[in-house]
Amino acid sequence: MVTSATNFSRTGLSDWLVQRVSAVVLLAYSLFVFGVFILNPELSFEQWSGIFSNNAVRIFSLMSVLALCGHAWIGMWTVATDYLTTLQLGSAATFVRLAFQLGCAILITVYLLWGIQIFWGS
Amino acid sequence: MLVSIYRYNPETDLKPVMVDIEVDVPTDRDLMVLDVLNLAKEKDTTIAYRRSCREGVCGSDGMNINGTNGLACITPLSTVVKPGKKLILRPLPGLPVIRDLVVDMSIFYKQFEKVKPYLMNDEPAPNIERLQSQEDRAKLDGLYECILCACCTTSCPSFWWNPDKFIGPAGLLQAYRFLADSRDTAASERLAGLEDPFSVFRCRGIMNCVAVCPKGLNPTRAIGHIRSMLIEQSA
Repeated sequence: MVTSATNFSRTGLSDWLVQRVSAVVLLAYSLFVFGVFILNPELSFEQWSGIFSNNAVRIFSLMSVLALCGHAWIGMWTVATDYLTTLQLGSAATFVRLAFQLGCAILITVYLLWGIQIFWGS
Repeated sequence: MLVSIYRYNPETDLKPVMVDIEVDVPTDRDLMVLDVLNLAKEKDTTIAYRRSCREGVCGSDGMNINGTNGLACITPLSTVVKPGKKLILRPLPGLPVIRDLVVDMSIFYKQFEKVKPYLMNDEPAPNIERLQSQEDRAKLDGLYECILCACCTTSCPSFWWNPDKFIGPAGLLQAYRFLADSRDTAASERLAGLEDPFSVFRCRGIMNCVAVCPKGLNPTRAIGHIRSMLIEQSA
């Protein structure tokens, strides 16, 4: 068994499941947003903000932001552990990878908090 | 025809080089790549490569032939080189080169060992042998035939990036061969060793393994079965 301190969940199996489930949530949300545009070709700001202040849509949006964060972390972790390894970068690899992952973590946290503020702020 | 061969002796050479050798190939019949390599070795006896059974059973002469991994002894020349073109032979990618086309397969075998490629059974041994129904035996078809030539594992980008952590298609095919065996009782122990983020889950379904397997096996499908078993066990 190969363990890692920086992957998303405890096992590769749950990471794999989270990646797939979050992908389905993101697909559903993308279809929903495209649907809103297609059904309302002349969408005004009032209508737009009306749709997104509906509680069901807010919950759906929050779910999608959370799915995006989980999906992004697992995806970027996978990319980092493929390409930023001692095989490619030598002894600096762990430092470079952790710095890269810290950057990802900060960006994902900002997106999460900003997303909550946008969808749930007054 | 021109045969371009990867030459490298890590003890004396700074860098590997490709060396062209002109070989007289008979035009009235199709040779195997290994035959051409043998003809090249007649011209330059210092070329190093492994071969043994010359019929696709021992798995010694896995190499990269015009960009695709395969067994030189069962790869017809006509399937890899167009008339008038060069035959290009390189060692299997992703493994350290010992000499020319000979690679150090230690890490490949290490990953193979990790899956405990032998039957584990905690029930008392019967007097003669453990029997298996024909249906249960049929489940091992497409799994037991692997000859460990390493063509699949060394064509897998996930193995190139993490050869120390990702078991690779050959090892995982064998992992499933024992998970699927009705005479083995250690399935949950085997699965517990595979649920981490690297051993199985580095597989992205690239399917190079399926494309190159000289025995026509399908490691990607076996990996899918392992994933399903992991989900069933944990869900």
